[in-house]
Amino acid sequence: MSLRAEDVSWSVGGRMIVAGVSLEPAPGQTVGLLGPNGSGKSTLLRLLAGVRRTSSGVVRLDGAPLEEIGRKGAARRIAVVEQEATPQVDLTVGDVVRLGRIPHRRAWAPLSSADEAAVEAALGHTGLTDQAEQSWHTLSGGERQRAHIARALAQEPRELLLDEPTNHLDVRHQLELLDLITRLPVTTVIALHDLNLASMFCDHLVVLREGRVVAAGPPERVVTPRLVSEVYGVRAVVSPDGPGGRPYVRFLPPTGEAR
Amino acid sequence: MRGLFAARPLLLWPAGCALLVASVAVAITIGPAGISVGEVAAVTVSRLGGADSGLSAIREGIVWDLRLPRTLLAAVCGAGLALCGVVMQSLLRNPLADPFVLGVSSGASTGAVLVVVLGVGGGALSLSTGAFLGAACSFALVLGLGHLSGGTTDRVVLSGVATMQLFSALTSLVVMSSADPEQTRGVLFWLLGSLSGASWPDVWPCLLVLLLALPACLGRAPALDALVFGQDAAGSLGIHVARTRLALLGVTALMTAALVSVVGAIGFVGLVLPHAARAIVGPGHRRLLPVSALAGAIFLVWADTVARTVLDPQELPVGVVTSLIGVPAFVHILYRGRRTA
Repeated sequence: MSLRAEDVSWSVGGRMIVAGVSLEPAPGQTVGLLGPNGSGKSTLLRLLAGVRRTSSGVVRLDGAPLEEIGRKGAARRIAVVEQEATPQVDLTVGDVVRLGRIPHRRAWAPLSSADEAAVEAALGHTGLTDQAEQSWHTLSGGERQRAHIARALAQEPRELLLDEPTNHLDVRHQLELLDLITRLPVTTVIALHDLNLASMFCDHLVVLREGRVVAAGPPERVVTPRLVSEVYGVRAVVSPDGPGGRPYVRFLPPTGEAR
Repeated sequence: MRGLFAARPLLLWPAGCALLVASVAVAITIGPAGISVGEVAAVTVSRLGGADSGLSAIREGIVWDLRLPRTLLAAVCGAGLALCGVVMQSLLRNPLADPFVLGVSSGASTGAVLVVVLGVGGGALSLSTGAFLGAACSFALVLGLGHLSGGTTDRVVLSGVATMQLFSALTSLVVMSSADPEQTRGVLFWLLGSLSGASWPDVWPCLLVLLLALPACLGRAPALDALVFGQDAAGSLGIHVARTRLALLGVTALMTAALVSVVGAIGFVGLVLPHAARAIVGPGHRRLLPVSALAGAIFLVWADTVARTVLDPQELPVGVVTSLIGVPAFVHILYRGRRTA
């Protein structure tokens, strides 16, 4: 057992952003969250991380509600990679990755050898060992995302939540990044925009629309022309041309007729 | 830039503390009455219960009752303002934030003129008390406005700016409508920040607040580190963001109010010293907070020494000196940091 969301909702100003979502990723699985802008993906990730409190429903970690586990306890298990986070001051890659040790340290304690080891391992995993002293401002978009992932790994999480980590990356970096993420030995929930990337890399997909789950299952069951039309309002052809026969989506131009 | 000391933080402590003690000792010797470092030491030993200094009562008085409290107050204020600056910049994620961003100084000035010019309190309130109450009012207003407008950091900063304008206008209104030229000059001098006339009763409360605030901030150093990527990122690192923010805003507001009510609004220390300290030790708050405090203390000791001697026998408000020294230093930092921007 790992992370489980039971019928969670979150509303602001009377508007439901997440409405009764249940989710239980199998340990080690990569779950893709799909849905158009504003469908509640980011908010759901924040609820799963415990950064936001649910309006109703409960998120459990190994059976215990996140609220009982506490912020720090949750942060020792669950790491989050936010969308496009930029620092206010100049940091090195090493500074950023060391942030991941905060939940494991006491306020006054210096970095222990265990902390150092976790930071080294995270830098190694993401191929940033040689860039540890490099300034954040000199990094490319792909390196920044890898640094964020290294920071998350330094938390030594068993659950990793990522919010559109491939945004603003070129094709090669998108593929490399997702390949890196899916090979990590953690349970991953990842919000994605690209249906083909999601089909290629995720074991299980959850599609949200207006805060509700409209489809869930393995990619070949979820990604269909009908779903694409219903959720995104566009026409598409879906063929089993992805790697290992996974679905491949080809979009079609709007017809001008009523959809 | 962050070479030597970032790698060897242990060298920094003895070096910084020694430099501060030496600065205080040397600064005391500078002035119209020539006094040696040896005499400063002798007086200090004798007043702390050691052997008699062998100096005349007047010379002893100059050291112990005039220059020592003033220099110590400068050190305490410099440390406190720089510490508040670091906390504000990190907490509000704004490199332009300083201790006065929460409107504390303008509130203090309004409180001060109400007491001095309009005689509010009927003589029962001192200028310092009035200033402290004004500072507390404006801080409460900033927090209230910030909370009503959503509580995000930029809203807090905007609320601070609005409050600052409001209280500046109120201060001007009171001064223009009722102050005589003598009172106006007094208030203006105090507003710019001045350590003249500092005595031991001024030093103790400021020192006490600093000694309370320093560990309170240091204990939250990891939270300040975590906030570098914003609130949600800090939350996912296990930080109680709202709780941390309220505690640190409270601590810095209290400290700023205490300092401003004694010495006025000494500008630039809280804005610039954190940037200078960051250039020396990097962005980690475990080192940045104490190093900023040390640097601020040393800086203000020397700025005040310049302020009281350069136009002798006249005195400059120390705020004028901090800005005149601080602006070129700030430009230098900006220039050196240009490649990273």
